[in-house]
Amino acid sequence: MTTTLTPSKPPKPSPAAGPSAARRLLTTPTVGPLVALLLACVFFSLNSEQFLSGGNFSLIIQQVMVVGTLAIGQTLIILTAGIDLANGAIMAFGGILMAKLAAEGTVPPLVAIALGLLVCAAFGAVNGMLVTAIPLPPFIVTLGMLNVAFALTHIYSQDQTVVNLPAPLTALGETFAIGDTRVTYGSLLTILLFLLFAYLLGQTAWGRHVYALGNSPEVARLTGIRTARLTVGVYTVAGLVYGIAALLLVSRTGVGDPQAGQTDNLDSITAVVLGGTSLFGGRGLVLGTLIGALIVGVFRNGLQLMGVPSIYQTLITGVLVILAVTVDQLSRRRIR
Amino acid sequence: MTDTPQTPVLQARGLVKRYGHVTALDGTDFDLMPGEVLAVIGDNGAGKSSLIKALTGALQPDEGEILLDGRPIRFRNPLDARRHGIETVYQDLAVAASLDIAGNMFLGREIRRPGLLGKVFRMLDHKRMREESARHMADLKIGLRSLTQPVETLSGGQRQGVAVARAVAWARHVVVMDEPTAALGVKESGQVLDMIRRVRDRGLPVILISHNMPHVFEIADRIHIQRLGRRIGVIRPADRSMAEVVAIMTGALELDEDASKEASRDASAADREEIRASGSS
Repeated sequence: MTTTLTPSKPPKPSPAAGPSAARRLLTTPTVGPLVALLLACVFFSLNSEQFLSGGNFSLIIQQVMVVGTLAIGQTLIILTAGIDLANGAIMAFGGILMAKLAAEGTVPPLVAIALGLLVCAAFGAVNGMLVTAIPLPPFIVTLGMLNVAFALTHIYSQDQTVVNLPAPLTALGETFAIGDTRVTYGSLLTILLFLLFAYLLGQTAWGRHVYALGNSPEVARLTGIRTARLTVGVYTVAGLVYGIAALLLVSRTGVGDPQAGQTDNLDSITAVVLGGTSLFGGRGLVLGTLIGALIVGVFRNGLQLMGVPSIYQTLITGVLVILAVTVDQLSRRRIR
Repeated sequence: MTDTPQTPVLQARGLVKRYGHVTALDGTDFDLMPGEVLAVIGDNGAGKSSLIKALTGALQPDEGEILLDGRPIRFRNPLDARRHGIETVYQDLAVAASLDIAGNMFLGREIRRPGLLGKVFRMLDHKRMREESARHMADLKIGLRSLTQPVETLSGGQRQGVAVARAVAWARHVVVMDEPTAALGVKESGQVLDMIRRVRDRGLPVILISHNMPHVFEIADRIHIQRLGRRIGVIRPADRSMAEVVAIMTGALELDEDASKEASRDASAADREEIRASGSS
């Protein structure tokens, strides 16, 4: 479509000027979580001398990197108005597979890692196909897959923890120095993954389509987006990310643990919701999920430093989740 | 419109669609002339939406043919029809709520940055898409404060405006509007009708499906009346009263069959139509 009548400057609306930068900032769902995170950091800095240090922050990131990485995949799926209850179990299976193949020397360590990633991606692909082809609700599909992956993990590992892992599997647990602070390569990888997906969701057509799909599959379909292919793609990419989480898990703990990740599915949903992403799909940012994961990490860490029993950490996390969903629901009502 | 014979932009001959033993389309014809607003009206179950679906690729007719610019064509799906320049504005399914205006205008047809950024990194050209969106919106005189606010923050009329602007921006042949004013208030309906006029003034023919007789009479150049799976007539709003048209639509009045056939061939044939009362009410 070529328009010859092009005004040199479009009179109104102008593309650059928004409804004022400040207003846009306030309507961004990530701002609330960010403020909450900063307030929490201020609070714990005042109440604990050890809190505000590079070493402690490096530790917090290490503590949240596995759930945080799972939450990246969870964010993708929730943006399409889905949910993934199986991600922790898929990660556990991927982790035990990598660890066992490499430790027993069945295949070279790097091949073991690749196979683990591939199997996790395949789990995601199967979830996506069940959600689109039959179609079944994501909640039910992933609930089933949670049990399947959990059982496979225990069958394959025979309930044994896999030890003596070769170097490539623990490489992400190694550290490098930023000033006086030791940071693990895994933490760095997690941050890079968040940035990558922030880019993909915000700057590519694929990202736009994910949001459109979450808003309304029918609108997306009528605008010519291949919704089934897109959905399967999202679940597959999420599965691949769970595979990376599996590698992070193995490198952090140094073992293949069949009991790992059992509450990580819900913890990843917690991170997504705390980050301001709507469970109804189509609204949210993956960097919000990073903030959400950090909020959980900072509260756990800070309360621990203050000597608060760990059960109170869980209590506070629960309250925060309900608060976050309430804010989401109320802001939606204001829009409608 | 001139008096010289023109090739219809979009035509259908003898379309039949059956669902089991329900006949949705029973050999219906259809003609859309260049540069006109053609309203399609009919009672529930008249085959209105089946006809529109067939014309926009959402449904495959069992029999009959569709011609675009006089050449036979088959649309396998809605995307196929869109590739041929037929854009549809759906009543409730027009926009993705959380995307901004530019995001919606270019949804499924995004523009990437030139060079390496676009080719390798698949980066979108947000600036260019916003500028072009602003131009399209300005062309239709849709005033908005910002192109970066999510469309869910817009009023119903403005949202419909975004959908119309998108359709117009991409349509090369035909814009189809399915009940564009059904969910809107008086003022917003007026805005949408103005937009339809501007679309026509730019030379794009519009097919308007509507239940709202005052709107149909206000905007349409011709009215296609669908009844029992067939086109029973095409009239001009100036020649008939609203009550007459409703009577024809519901079967209380009958159009003379020969005159109706004439009307299908030529827009001016509406002048020669005869109406006779069928006696029932």
